[in-house]
Amino acid sequence: MNDMTPTREQRTAALEGMGCKRKRVEDIRFTQGKGNYVDDVKLPGMLHGDFVRSPHPHARVKKIDDSEALKVPGVLAVITAETLKTVNLAWMPTLAGDVQMVLADGKVLFQNQEVAFVVATDRYAADDGINKVVVEYEPLPPLVDPFKSMDADAPVLREDLAGKTSGAHGPRKHHNHIFEWTVGDKELTDAAFKKAEVTIKEMISYHRTHPSPLETCQCVCSFDKIKGELTIYGTFQAPHVIRTVVSLIAKLPEQKIHVIAPDIGGGFGNKVGAYPGYICAAVASIVTGKPVKWVEDRIENLTATSFARDYHMTTEIAATKDGKVTGLRVHVLADHGAFDACADPSKWPAGFFNIVTGSYDFPTAHLAVDGVYTNKAPGGVAYRCSFRVTEAAYCIERAMDILAQKLNMDPAELRLKNFIKPEQFPYHSALGWEYDSGDYHTAMRKMMETTGYAALRKEQAEKRAAFARGETREIMGLGVSFFTEIVGAGPSKNCDILGIAMFDSCEIRMHPTGAGIARMGTKSQGQGHETTWAQIIATEIGIPADNIMVEEGNTDTAPYGLGTYGSRSTPVAGAAIAMAARKIKAKAQMIAAYKLEVHEDDLEWDIDGFRVKGLPEKFMSMKDICWAAYNSVPPGMEPGLEAVSYYDPPNMTYPFGAYLCVMDIDVDTGVYKVRRFYALDDCGTRINPMIIEGQVHGGLTEAFAIAMGQEIRYDEAGNVVTGSFMDFFMPTAVETPHWETDFTVTPSPHHPIGAKGVGESPNVGGVPAFSNAVNDAFSFLGSTHIQMPHDYWRNWKAAKQLGAVA
Amino acid sequence: MIPGSFSYHRPASVADAVKLLSDLGEDARPLAGGHSLVPMMKLRLASPAHLVDLHGIAGLKGISRNGNNLVIGAMTTQHDLLASEEVAKSIPILREAALLIADPQVRYRGTIGGNVANGDPGNDMPALMMALGASYRLEGTNGARDVAAADFYQGAYFTALEPGEILTSVSVPVPAAGHGYAYEKLKRKVGDYATAAAAVVLTMAGGKVATCSIGLTNVHETPLLAADAAKAVIGTSLDAATLKKAAAAAEAIMAPAADARGPVEYRKHVGGIMVTRALQRAAANAK
Ligand SMILES: Cc1cc2nc3c(=O)[nH]c(=O)nc-3n(C[C@H](O)[C@H](O)[C@H](O)COP(=O)(O)OP(=O)(O)OC[C@H]3O[C@@H](n4cnc5c(N)ncnc54)[C@H](O)[C@@H]3O)c2cc1C
Repeated sequence: MNDMTPTREQRTAALEGMGCKRKRVEDIRFTQGKGNYVDDVKLPGMLHGDFVRSPHPHARVKKIDDSEALKVPGVLAVITAETLKTVNLAWMPTLAGDVQMVLADGKVLFQNQEVAFVVATDRYAADDGINKVVVEYEPLPPLVDPFKSMDADAPVLREDLAGKTSGAHGPRKHHNHIFEWTVGDKELTDAAFKKAEVTIKEMISYHRTHPSPLETCQCVCSFDKIKGELTIYGTFQAPHVIRTVVSLIAKLPEQKIHVIAPDIGGGFGNKVGAYPGYICAAVASIVTGKPVKWVEDRIENLTATSFARDYHMTTEIAATKDGKVTGLRVHVLADHGAFDACADPSKWPAGFFNIVTGSYDFPTAHLAVDGVYTNKAPGGVAYRCSFRVTEAAYCIERAMDILAQKLNMDPAELRLKNFIKPEQFPYHSALGWEYDSGDYHTAMRKMMETTGYAALRKEQAEKRAAFARGETREIMGLGVSFFTEIVGAGPSKNCDILGIAMFDSCEIRMHPTGAGIARMGTKSQGQGHETTWAQIIATEIGIPADNIMVEEGNTDTAPYGLGTYGSRSTPVAGAAIAMAARKIKAKAQMIAAYKLEVHEDDLEWDIDGFRVKGLPEKFMSMKDICWAAYNSVPPGMEPGLEAVSYYDPPNMTYPFGAYLCVMDIDVDTGVYKVRRFYALDDCGTRINPMIIEGQVHGGLTEAFAIAMGQEIRYDEAGNVVTGSFMDFFMPTAVETPHWETDFTVTPSPHHPIGAKGVGESPNVGGVPAFSNAVNDAFSFLGSTHIQMPHDYWRNWKAAKQLGAVA
Repeated sequence: MIPGSFSYHRPASVADAVKLLSDLGEDARPLAGGHSLVPMMKLRLASPAHLVDLHGIAGLKGISRNGNNLVIGAMTTQHDLLASEEVAKSIPILREAALLIADPQVRYRGTIGGNVANGDPGNDMPALMMALGASYRLEGTNGARDVAAADFYQGAYFTALEPGEILTSVSVPVPAAGHGYAYEKLKRKVGDYATAAAAVVLTMAGGKVATCSIGLTNVHETPLLAADAAKAVIGTSLDAATLKKAAAAAEAIMAPAADARGPVEYRKHVGGIMVTRALQRAAANAK
């Protein structure tokens, strides 16, 4: 060995493998404006389509007259439900087992619903055409309030379901009822409440909001009549599923459909589902024989494709006088809008909401969810969270604070008292989940020590006294949140989408020079897969991450996978990557043994190659093994070095975290200041700490937005009043608080690299932290619960109702 | 969010612009920075058949001193106002308010002429111009006339501008040396129009308010001059009772619309608070 021989540390660092703060490789093109998004796709002869939308929330469509529109120069076709009926596509199936109108069929059921699709030579002509389509409506009474949806005299929304007493998820109780979903032991839970020394009950709403990625939903569909092939470029979080769905509903052979998801500018759940725009663009391309582009504008995105949340959760906790929880009872009224287009695994009409027992050892619990129709846009997507998990986390975290207040206990202390203990893992929850691993007490205590929690409580007590003396108009709140997520959908025993098990996949091909390409069934929308996936491979097989190209999103080349949402990529595809890499490594070991003339068992792995045990100078690097794989493999072995893995996870993973928000509110204006926000996340093994930090920053910013003002609001007449970024709160860097991040590491015992997924934790844990801070600030004035969002005027209103402002 | 079709004109002089506008009639609109007009066109709330772009007219941009007045060309951008030493020195409240308009990108394009001529009660400059006693020069086929800012606004998007007229400059009397000033604006986020805002310009003498004017933004269909509120503080040292009286007088003339910024009651309430805070800060920075 001479001085030039790299040290072990240098060899490890050169790989930029797991644990390295590797810079995001995709940012080289993104920061230079060189990304390739759907709207950058321009095909020869491409046409543009856009929608005529309904101004009414509920109306009969009497007549659609397109004669003037067809006279507009450039307008080629106006597609209506009647056109779609000829190809049997006027309605489409939803992921939730319902059906949805592609274009208004006799009726419109929400404002901005798609009524007709105008196809023209350019976008301007299409919009001129839209203005010339005359639609005759007969307005019907709108149903806006979900609490009135099941009144006896509530208007009938879905005439297509007349006489159907059961739906995809069992019996329907009313013409506007979709499903009832119950979990848990009702009798045992009712008994716990009967015996309880203390109970709380509160209706906790999680308002309707929207994932609002900066890039809206869009596609380019191109049908080749000669070959009978359909190519779709689209903003798809799950391109393979889209291919299968298109094949099933358009009756095209699946091999003749090419779905390509190029760079995606954010998804957050908005780009999981299938929307009328995709179907109309595809039909328009088949009809015209030309490629057709459809690009949603901001208003269309906010008002028509996929809202999130809208859960109204009546929550009860039973407890002992000294603060031990004994039972949880939750009833959810779920507002699904006009069609049940929830993007959940097929058998889960309320997603994984039964994670609602949270981080606490509830001996018994019962949950019932009623889904209802209203005259609002369909959706119900998981906005940066696993399915309905953020609703569940908000519900239990708010309720624990309400219980603490009733018991006159510190909310952190109440949580510590009820946490599932480290030795209880794997833990079976009262609502049916098996939590894989956790150390909640350590995380909570670390949060309390790092933030100086006790001192903050003392300061709060002093400020309250000063407020009472009239010396200040500012009140201070501490928002504690301790969340447990359930991500990584999911095991085939629990999860499928339209019958397809929710595995994920990876294919790795190593090239002779020690470089390679890896393809997955996932699809990054900004999560940085090109960076982190290569890091997993780097550590597993000792090839520098820079030498691994990661490619996703082309269904012709990538192995089948279920896509990226629900923080599933690392738990599922991340595992597939490790397993595929291990197959490569196993073959590499055989090649190395042959070349080094020893038995395989005499080799040991050493960072970037195999070494003969006890003979340190006999070493073969992975790079050299790659070369050998193409010219001198052992007799009888196939040449090449490739592997594929399809990974069906044995269980979900359960990331958790302890958050604290410190907030000051001026009661006179309702203006708040987030003084401090501390987020401790435990996502198991950390692949790239910098990317984790970035994900946490982004998710916290969304959580801040949602809790403090971001909503999709309808007025009483059913008009959506938050249709642009003027009123739909999208914080800029100026409003965004400073984030302090921290971590503990409790690996997942069943995941090949122990990783749990982190992208959504901050949204899930962040929302309750903000809301609890506001509620905590006001609690000493006598309130128990103030609904989100906590924007300025609502804070003022709360202060006024509590008598703090004249 | 796709505008309808329109023809584009780029005259080189005020006379040409005025002629184009009067020839083309109702269907023509002047285009300045485009940051109010173009969004409305994209929503098809405005569909002018002709846009007359004022960027080609050399004389419409710039800030100059004319006696006791600062004369600001209509096409002077918000960014130009922020960059001007003259503005910072003699009318610092103009700088303060310009900084609260939108974001740097909008301020690079948006003009003072467009801001005051637009007639949107959400614009920040009009109430400030009223408080400062500014006047606007309007030029049309019949020549030029000057209209006081206080007489210019007639209703939401209705102003004293006659068809064919353009606003060519804004003339602002420089407030007395040592004056106090403050523009207090409550908004939900950067780039948002005011939930309520108040402009105060005052002078102090012997610890008491000698002169005062107060303008109000976005609490009525037009910008407002809160004359009673201003009168209430003259001769006082802005004690708590006076501030309360002034806020109440200001609130009495407010009639904001309920919107996502809050219900009417809230917007009036915070309007009163903006007045109070602006008065206090102006008194504190007066010399
Ligand atoms: C995101 C965003 C945030 C904003 N926030 C604020 C804010 O907080 N406060 C605020 O005050 N403004 C705000 N604005 C508006 C911005 O200041 C505009 O630039 C301004 O209102 C109009 O100026 P303009 O030069 O862009 O005019 P344009 O948009 O070009 O014109 C506006 C109107 O005035 C007419 N017009 C323009 N110039 C003349 C003239 N010389 N003579 C006669 N008529 C004329 C036009 O025909 C049109 O009707 C915001 C804009 C955006 C896009």
